[in-house]
Amino acid sequence: MNSVNIRINGKDIICPEGANVMHVAIENGFDIPNLCYDQRLSPTGACRLCIVEMEGRPGVHTSCTMKAGEGLSIVTESDKLSALRKSTLELIFSEHKATCTSCDREGACSLQDYAYRYGAAEDRYPSIVKGGHSDNYTEGGIAIGYDVEKCIRCMRCVKICEEVQGAEAITLDGRSGNVVVNTPFSMLLTDSSCEMCGQCVDTCPTGALYAKAAKGKGRVRTMKKVRTTCLYCGVGCQLDLNIGADGKLVKVTSEPGVIPNDGNTCVKGRFGFDFIHRDERLTMPLIREGDAFREASWDEALDLVATRFSGIKEKNGSEALAGLTSAKSGNEDNYIMQKFVRTQFGNNNIDHCARLCHASTVAGLARAFGSGAMTNSIDEFSDTPLIFVIGSNTTENHPVMGIKIRKAVAEGKTKLLVADPRKISLTDIAHMHLQQKPGSDVALINAMMYTIIDEKLHDRDFIKSRTEDYERMEAAVMKCPPEFAEKVSGVPAEDIRAAARLYAAAESASIVYSMGITQHTTGTDNVLSLANMAMLTGNVGKPFAGVNPLRGQNNVQGACDMGGLPDVYPGYQKVHLPEAKAKFEKAWGVPLSDKPGLTVNEIMHGVGSGKIKGLYVFGENPVLSDPDTNEVVKSLKKADFLVVQDIFLTETAELADVVLPARSFAERDGTFTNTERRVQMYREAVAAPGESKPDWEIITGVANRMGADWNYNSASEIMDEIAAVTPIYGGISYERITDVGLQWPCPDKEHKGTAVLHQGKFSRGLGKFHPVDYLPQQELPDEDYPLILTTGRMLQHWHTGTMTRKSEVLHGIVPEGHIQISPADAGRLGIVSEDMVKVSTRRGEIRIAADVTDRMKEGVVFLTFHFKESPANALTIAALDPIAKIPEFKACAVKVEKY
Amino acid sequence: MSEVNLDAARDILGRIDLSEKLTNGKIKPDYLIPLLQDIQEEYGYLPRPALELISREGGIPLSRIFGVVTFYEQFYLEPRGKHMVKCCRGTACHVKNGAKIASAISDVLGIGEGGTSADGLFTFETVACLGTCFLAPVMMIDESYYGNLEEGDVKSILDRYREGGVK
Ligand code: SF4
Ligand code: SF4
Ligand code: SF4
Ligand code: FES
Ligand code: FES
Repeated sequence: MNSVNIRINGKDIICPEGANVMHVAIENGFDIPNLCYDQRLSPTGACRLCIVEMEGRPGVHTSCTMKAGEGLSIVTESDKLSALRKSTLELIFSEHKATCTSCDREGACSLQDYAYRYGAAEDRYPSIVKGGHSDNYTEGGIAIGYDVEKCIRCMRCVKICEEVQGAEAITLDGRSGNVVVNTPFSMLLTDSSCEMCGQCVDTCPTGALYAKAAKGKGRVRTMKKVRTTCLYCGVGCQLDLNIGADGKLVKVTSEPGVIPNDGNTCVKGRFGFDFIHRDERLTMPLIREGDAFREASWDEALDLVATRFSGIKEKNGSEALAGLTSAKSGNEDNYIMQKFVRTQFGNNNIDHCARLCHASTVAGLARAFGSGAMTNSIDEFSDTPLIFVIGSNTTENHPVMGIKIRKAVAEGKTKLLVADPRKISLTDIAHMHLQQKPGSDVALINAMMYTIIDEKLHDRDFIKSRTEDYERMEAAVMKCPPEFAEKVSGVPAEDIRAAARLYAAAESASIVYSMGITQHTTGTDNVLSLANMAMLTGNVGKPFAGVNPLRGQNNVQGACDMGGLPDVYPGYQKVHLPEAKAKFEKAWGVPLSDKPGLTVNEIMHGVGSGKIKGLYVFGENPVLSDPDTNEVVKSLKKADFLVVQDIFLTETAELADVVLPARSFAERDGTFTNTERRVQMYREAVAAPGESKPDWEIITGVANRMGADWNYNSASEIMDEIAAVTPIYGGISYERITDVGLQWPCPDKEHKGTAVLHQGKFSRGLGKFHPVDYLPQQELPDEDYPLILTTGRMLQHWHTGTMTRKSEVLHGIVPEGHIQISPADAGRLGIVSEDMVKVSTRRGEIRIAADVTDRMKEGVVFLTFHFKESPANALTIAALDPIAKIPEFKACAVKVEKY
Repeated sequence: MSEVNLDAARDILGRIDLSEKLTNGKIKPDYLIPLLQDIQEEYGYLPRPALELISREGGIPLSRIFGVVTFYEQFYLEPRGKHMVKCCRGTACHVKNGAKIASAISDVLGIGEGGTSADGLFTFETVACLGTCFLAPVMMIDESYYGNLEEGDVKSILDRYREGGVK
């Protein structure tokens, strides 16, 4: 883009040609008053406050609709402008009933500020608000309130809902003197297409839109704002926790322009944090006595934990101990936890729930590329020519990433190809939807590659110069023509061909996937297939391309990076390699085991079979999250000594011998690493409940009682140690990531982080093709269990519901689970929506209400695993991927009957 | 609300020329207004179920349809009476007791502003100025003006429409 010279108030500025002048002015520190402007939105030009004078063009002009051209020269303040702004403001007040004295926004309201600045009188013109406009769409609803008397019709809410969120729930209703913001027919937001993201509230320049929970909880200007990283998903949105005078969280706001979410959030980030102040938070250590718990002091609890673990180690050997670390907790906590297991337990029996979501990604991508992480960055999705989403319900599970994709498609910048067994929100806007049967992904991808090779659409230069083992892969693919894949996947061969052409023809194409790909017995194969296809077309190692696993938990990337895995130290340094072992023995000052440890499922089996006597579960809830729950509970009950460290008494904690109360992310400092490998800060914002402590401090307490001598004073110190032993984190320190997080690899203090992996060279040198053959899923439907069950998450809830179900808004919107079933299957079984049904597999059964929807394909049903009343994992199968050991959550045979 | 028969709306949607559709089968936004006009022509107003149908099948968000519908005076979300009664509340009429005329209309028809009488004959609205201030106070029924009104005139005029004296 060309640069041009413009002049603002006599100051020369160079900016891109065509840039929005208001934006340029703000970036250069000029303060042009504005009410309807938001840098994320198309200009409205409605409020006319941003008027400026322009050299060579008489009159005044709105700067928010002005584009920068060579020689443009503007003046932003003059007597004439002030006078005009004053009367504009007075006119605006005729629509806005000035009740600043009782408004929560008082002192932080743009309208009030400008009125003061330009001396505008609030009552110069009589109120033209007709009043008594029929209904208010927020009345009786949850979360969001609308006060029409404070609305200045700037359209920011309507535009953000349409242009950014893509939800199109609200609109301006009416004409001339009688316009209000409304949903169609004044329906409740929960009945409309609203996604409850709260973007409209956040962008409203006055107090017209507000968070109901924040009403009357203090004025904005008296609140303390603490920048933090969202605790829910791997997008890692930057949020501002607004803390009231009583030290409690009042609401969450977000700032446009901030990486990676540009001021956008989803419902969980905006309204999902009230759980931190719940009375059920753990405040004291608990020790089991018979069937009950009693409160204990830290010393007593930690002494007991250390003594019991040491005792088991002495009596049964180190192999009898294991730990589960936490993808919800910070990098520092994970680092300390794995260091604890490796140095104090003396084995590598450390794993976490990444095993259950992306172990196949780590295994597959590491084999193909040498690094098991998202290759590209979130920001690129605004301009990627083609996005192939497979097995990811992005708008619900990685919502802010989802709206980015949705926006790029709406703006015509992106062609979208979706492969998913369900109709999901993205399929509504996709250029093509391939509705494959669960478990048939390899066949589908292989057939796409067959077409690409057959029609010579592959990138021979890339294959030759950047990869190896192409021939073996080609031989495997050539066994899988689209006609074969059609039989297995149910997707017409012609569609497979068309999709292949679309993908191969794009200037650059990015693959986005998630648990629909990974949670299968063929999970690693699925990932390898996608890596194959990207390399086949030269779509790795450049911007707007790549293979992009979306990581589920906020810090699942970090927990893996920190070595919360049985086979690697921090930074994926292999425990069985002598150099790595020697390095960490030196750093940690104790001898280490070079034997890879047990995975989550092996640990659970070990506990069940009595091989593992002592288990330390940190921030995980395997009772709801692991496959085949009934077995998990049975196993855990057999443990000699179970320690659970969490913020609530989870279903798993209820089985523990000792429960240790941890602090939530709002009560301490630390870092999370998001899905694009960006290490970001979360910060202490509110007081911790009771005597709860940061996880790293608790674990350190146990370690020191078992003989270690660790002296950590802060999370920041731990990060320095991490940087010293983890090459990909080498350049990371708290000072460097205060404002914007850094993306690893970041090897040294000067390095600016890496947005795109494998540029010029793969992490492993050459990219490696792997021949992958289609294998059917482990448990195929049969006469007794004729349907395929697939499981997943939904927008409003998180994981096992430990936090989201304690949030009033989130739980209020979706209080209970449903099983989704196609109209055809439902018809045959005589089921209508809201009927109670019995769902059973060979492992268990649950009772749940039905949701009959054409989003499901015949033969497939869908459950989320958020609800303990209807635990999906009582049904799932613990069949494992042979390489990554990930369970097949996404496909098992099931029977549905009317209750 | 009684059931709305959506067959006609479906027909109208079905008639849409392919050139008015986007690649994914959705209707081009530009085509929304003519489509709404056709529906209103058919039903006399825009029944909510018909709008929901357009939204669902045509891929246009309901909020956008609703925004357009409420923006233009020509669109109605409620069934309309056979006759449109407009009473002026402009300044000239106001000075000459226009408000009394409006309340007389309300009384006679038994409905408020914006309402439609139970027999389906009349819809009643007030407007800013009918442009015939020299006749103030004025009301207008369909295309005819009635000026220099006294309160007592209202009932007899409306009765003529009721009895079918005026079509
Ligand atoms: S909460 Fe989000 S989706 Fe709902 S109306 Fe506001 S911007 Fe739209
Ligand atoms: S509610 Fe707020 S954002 Fe929406 S139009 Fe009114 S003032 Fe603007
Ligand atoms: S998209 Fe993810 S990170 Fe962002 S607010 Fe929602 S849950 Fe939090
Ligand atoms: S900010 Fe430019 S017109 Fe409102
Ligand atoms: S004021 Fe009534 S017709 Fe003009």
